[in-house]
Amino acid sequence: MAKITYKHPNGTVTVVDVEAPNTVMRGAKLNNVDGIEAQCGGSAQCGTCHVYVDSANTLPLPAMDEVEDDVLYGTACERTEFSRLSCQLPVTEELDGLLVHLPEAQS
Amino acid sequence: MAPHAVVVAGAGQAGLETAAALRARGYTGRVTLVGDEPPGPCHRPPLSKGYLTGAVPAEDVPLRPASFYAEQDVELLTGTTVVSVDRERHTVLLESGLRLPYGALVLATGCRPRPLPVPGASLHGVRTLRGLADAEVLRRALQGPPLRLVVVGAGFVGLEVAATARGLGHEVTVVETQPRALTRALTPAVSERIVAEHRAQGVRVLTGRQVAVLHGDDRERVRAVELADGERIGADLVVVGIGVLPNTEPARAAGLAVDDGVLVDAGLRTADPDVWAVGDCASFPEPRTGRRMRLESVQNATDQARCVAAAICGEPHPYTAVPRFWTEQYALRVQMAGLTSGHDETVTVGDVAGGRFSVLCFREGRLIGVESVNRPADHGITARLLAAGTALSPAAAREPGFDLKKLPRAPHSPTASPAPTVPTAPTSPTAPTSPTASPSGSRSEERLSVHA
Ligand code: FES
Repeated sequence: MAKITYKHPNGTVTVVDVEAPNTVMRGAKLNNVDGIEAQCGGSAQCGTCHVYVDSANTLPLPAMDEVEDDVLYGTACERTEFSRLSCQLPVTEELDGLLVHLPEAQS
Repeated sequence: MAPHAVVVAGAGQAGLETAAALRARGYTGRVTLVGDEPPGPCHRPPLSKGYLTGAVPAEDVPLRPASFYAEQDVELLTGTTVVSVDRERHTVLLESGLRLPYGALVLATGCRPRPLPVPGASLHGVRTLRGLADAEVLRRALQGPPLRLVVVGAGFVGLEVAATARGLGHEVTVVETQPRALTRALTPAVSERIVAEHRAQGVRVLTGRQVAVLHGDDRERVRAVELADGERIGADLVVVGIGVLPNTEPARAAGLAVDDGVLVDAGLRTADPDVWAVGDCASFPEPRTGRRMRLESVQNATDQARCVAAAICGEPHPYTAVPRFWTEQYALRVQMAGLTSGHDETVTVGDVAGGRFSVLCFREGRLIGVESVNRPADHGITARLLAAGTALSPAAAREPGFDLKKLPRAPHSPTASPAPTVPTAPTSPTAPTSPTASPSGSRSEERLSVHA
C-alpha cells in the first residue's frame, strides 16, 4: 500500500491509500478523485489520465515506454517533462508519498 | 432555472457520465439513474478483451466505486428500466412499478445486439455480447478447454472476441457477409491490416460469405454453422456480432421521433424541450456535415453527457466534439479520430509494411478523419488538429519528411472553431458545411457502428 497525493489545479489536495496492483489512475478512480478521466480504462489509448509528477519527486517510477511517450502527444493540456499517463504507473510500496499534479483538463 | 429533478434512463457510460457531469457542474436537484444491469454502470470495452482473459478483474469493471453514488447523491436504481414516459405530467414509469417525477429526462438507453436472422440462432452456445452477464458466460467458456469458435460478423466486437479467443488457444473462424471486414468503419488499408493479423495468428477469416443456418445436436447445443454456399463449419460456440439496434422503446412510447435512434437536434435535445438523448441511442446531426448519425463509443457517450448536463444547468451549446475511438487486437492498436466516411482523398504516412501507419482522410482538400495503426501520437495529434479546425492539406501531408509530431501543437479546443493555419500547409479549400438532410435511403451508409 502507498499513500498517493493528487493535487488539483485549484490547489486542493486529496491523499488516498492505494493498494498494489492498482495504478495511480485506478487509485484516483477507486477513491472518486476528480480530474482523471481514463476513457480507455487504462489501455494507453486515450491520454485522458494525464498527470504531472511533482518536479521534486525522487521516488522510483518505471521508465516511459514508446507507446506512453506517443500517447502523451495527444493530451488536452500541455505536455511537460513531468508528464505521465497515470494508467502506466503501477503503485508499489516504493511509491509511498508520491505527489502528482492534475491538469486543468483531460479532454 | 435548473429543473428540480433529473431522471436518466439507462445506466451505461452515457447515463453515468450525465449524472456525474450534473454534479460536477454543481447541480443540486435530485438525480436518478435507472438501468437494467444489476451491477450498475460498467466499462464495456474490456468485456470483449481483458475481462475474457482475466487480465481485467471483475472489480475493475464498474465505472465508479459503490461509494460514488452516496458521495455524489446519485440515486442508482438497477434491475429495472423506464417503460413509459408521461410527458404532460413529467413522470416516468419504471418496470418495477415505481413512478418518478422529472424536470428533465435524459434518454441514455444504449443499444442491444442485432439478432442473427437465421434458423438455429436460439440454440444453446449461440451468444451475443453486450453487458457484463454476457461477458461472464463467454469468459467461463473461453477460459475452459479449447473450443471451435465461430464469430459471425467482422465488426469491432466480433474481431476483438476473435483475437481474445485466439490468444487463449481456441480455434476461431470469422464469417462476414461484406466483401471486407469493418467496411463502414475503416478504410481498406486499415481493415486489411487487421484481417492480415488475424490470419497470421491462425484465425480463419471468411469475407463475402453468408451464414445460412446453425445446426444443433439433440440437446439443442450448437454444433455447426452452415454457410449459404453449403460449407459447414464445426462449432462449439458461436458469437454473433452483426451490429446493434438502438433501444428506442421509451422514446417511441413517449411519442418522440425515432429513426435508427432517438432524434435530437444539434444540442442533443428532442422535440420536447425537457427531454434529451445521449450516447449510443442518440441520432444527432453531425456538426460538420449535418447528416444524422449515431456513434457507439466511450468518447461520444462522455462528451454528449457533458453537453446535455451543461444544457440542463442552463448553458446549452451544440455538440461538436471530434469523434475518437480505438480498438486493440493482438499487438495492434487501432485508433480513429474524426470521421473518415465520405473522404475523396487519402494520404498514408508511416510504414505500412511494418504495420505502423496512419491514413489521413480528406474531403475537398480538408482533413476529416485519421485512422492510425500503432501510431498513437498521430491519433492524438490529429484529434487536436480536427478539434481546433487547423488546416492541413493533402499536399502538405505528402511532403517528404512530413511528420505530424513536428507540427506546432494545436491549441486545446473541445469545439471546432477557426484556428491558425499550420505554417507548412498551404491553405486548403473549404468544404461546404451547410447542413443537408440525409436522404433516407442512404442512412445505413452514414451510420457507423463503432465500439471503443
Ligand atoms: S486511461 Fe487511457 S491512456 Fe491512461
